[in-house]
Amino acid sequence: MPIAGWCQPVLGLLAAPLLLGIINRVKALFAGRQGPPLIQPYRDLYKLLGKGATYSKTTTLVFRLAPAAGLACVVLALTLLPLGASRAVLAFPGDLVLLIYLLGLVRFLTVIGALDTGSSFEGMGASREVQFSALAEPVLLLVMAGLARQGDSLSLSGIYPAVTAATWMEAGPALALIAAALLVVLLAENSRIPVDDPNTHLELTMIHEVMVLDYSGPDLAAILYGASLKLWVFGSLLVGVCVPVRTGWAIVDVPAFLAGMLVVAVLVGVVESIMARLRLLRVPQLLIGAGAMAMLALVLVVR
Amino acid sequence: MQAWTDLILIAIVLTNLALSGLGSLGTCIHVMALQGVLLGLVTVGVQQGAVSLHGLVLVTGTVVIKGFVFPKLLRRAIREANIRQEVEPFVGFSSSLLIGTLSLPLAMWLSSRLPPIDPGVPSLLVPVSLHAIFVGLLLIVSRRKAVTQVLGYLALENGIFVFGVGLARQATLLVEMGILLDVFVAVFVMGIAIFHISREFDHIDTDQLSLLKE
Repeated sequence: MPIAGWCQPVLGLLAAPLLLGIINRVKALFAGRQGPPLIQPYRDLYKLLGKGATYSKTTTLVFRLAPAAGLACVVLALTLLPLGASRAVLAFPGDLVLLIYLLGLVRFLTVIGALDTGSSFEGMGASREVQFSALAEPVLLLVMAGLARQGDSLSLSGIYPAVTAATWMEAGPALALIAAALLVVLLAENSRIPVDDPNTHLELTMIHEVMVLDYSGPDLAAILYGASLKLWVFGSLLVGVCVPVRTGWAIVDVPAFLAGMLVVAVLVGVVESIMARLRLLRVPQLLIGAGAMAMLALVLVVR
Repeated sequence: MQAWTDLILIAIVLTNLALSGLGSLGTCIHVMALQGVLLGLVTVGVQQGAVSLHGLVLVTGTVVIKGFVFPKLLRRAIREANIRQEVEPFVGFSSSLLIGTLSLPLAMWLSSRLPPIDPGVPSLLVPVSLHAIFVGLLLIVSRRKAVTQVLGYLALENGIFVFGVGLARQATLLVEMGILLDVFVAVFVMGIAIFHISREFDHIDTDQLSLLKE
């Protein structure tokens, strides 16, 4: 197994919370504030790990297991992702389906953890989360189908190394549509602004945040870290399409990839600063619009 | 050149999808105007650099009429008839967008069944025109207001226009200008009709016009 494949999971595990730091910093700059230091998410995680956890008497084992199991799923998803021209740690035909289902499993675990608390607010958040991801998941599948057809491979490690500058010259419109659809999915799945506001703690408007209200201490740390890893996974899916640097030398590919991730984080921060949250009724429209773009890309690629 | 034409055709598909999913009349008219300008560009792309007086007149006519005159007429109709800025669909926006998306593979399949036209014509041209026709039909059938039905009619006509651009590259200027003039008059008349309907019945809900039997 090549060493290069380990770059992605190691970088992800180390640098994922930094993405949240960058996003918060960009938002602070837009608001005219100085903002928290970039390493604030690491400090938060460290602080939470040192605390004890409180469990409600109505919860069961499900509630305690969900954060750890969810984190394990995201870490596994991370090992499926290639970086640059190298293969991922785990690579086999059809691993793109595994990736999508691992992300689905993370969501499922969060949802049953939320339902286990018996709180009506958390149930409502769970219902919204499932409703929106039921629309976001087909978009991701369509995107993957388009990329798989373009790269002529069923493995992420075959698809992503095949996206080069030449591919952009040849099938630029399709790839641009795929990137746009992926960006919408990224925003929706990571509960960022046009879909959900990660800062809000007003019960009736929350989607994702409401589901994790009852967690504390190390469990909350696992959830926050898992969320940042999930952002990293979607970010690297997007960067893999948009930054076609595939030299095969880690010394060129890795900085290009990291620069791409930085741009994605800044982009998310800018979107959050200049856009308002959509009304809940408009969110399905946004996701179906992304689905329409992914479908158009698929049709263009298959043609 | 071919790549640019493809890009413009894809942009036309996107404008059509936007038309089927947008809820504000003003935005829909903006999108329609953009589509008109894109249509003019497609005409340039298909003629492949062979600049002739005929082509130039057609492109200018298309861009001016579809990109600027129609939106102006529609906006005036909306202003004079005091129409509210919502589309009011029978079929919801999400469903319309879904139908618009699903008609894309259908258009692809249909165009693959048709005999191929001139090899110089981009292969996306026929599917895009069929998709525009489907979306136009959808807008005419599924919207409540007369103005949105005019928009649907325009989308439909744009589809036929795209088809014509590919099919009849040698067609005479007179025929094409005649078609443009027809559509112009149609939109003009529809604008006046909408105004009069709204003055007589204080709404332009075409659904209720079927009750006027006597």
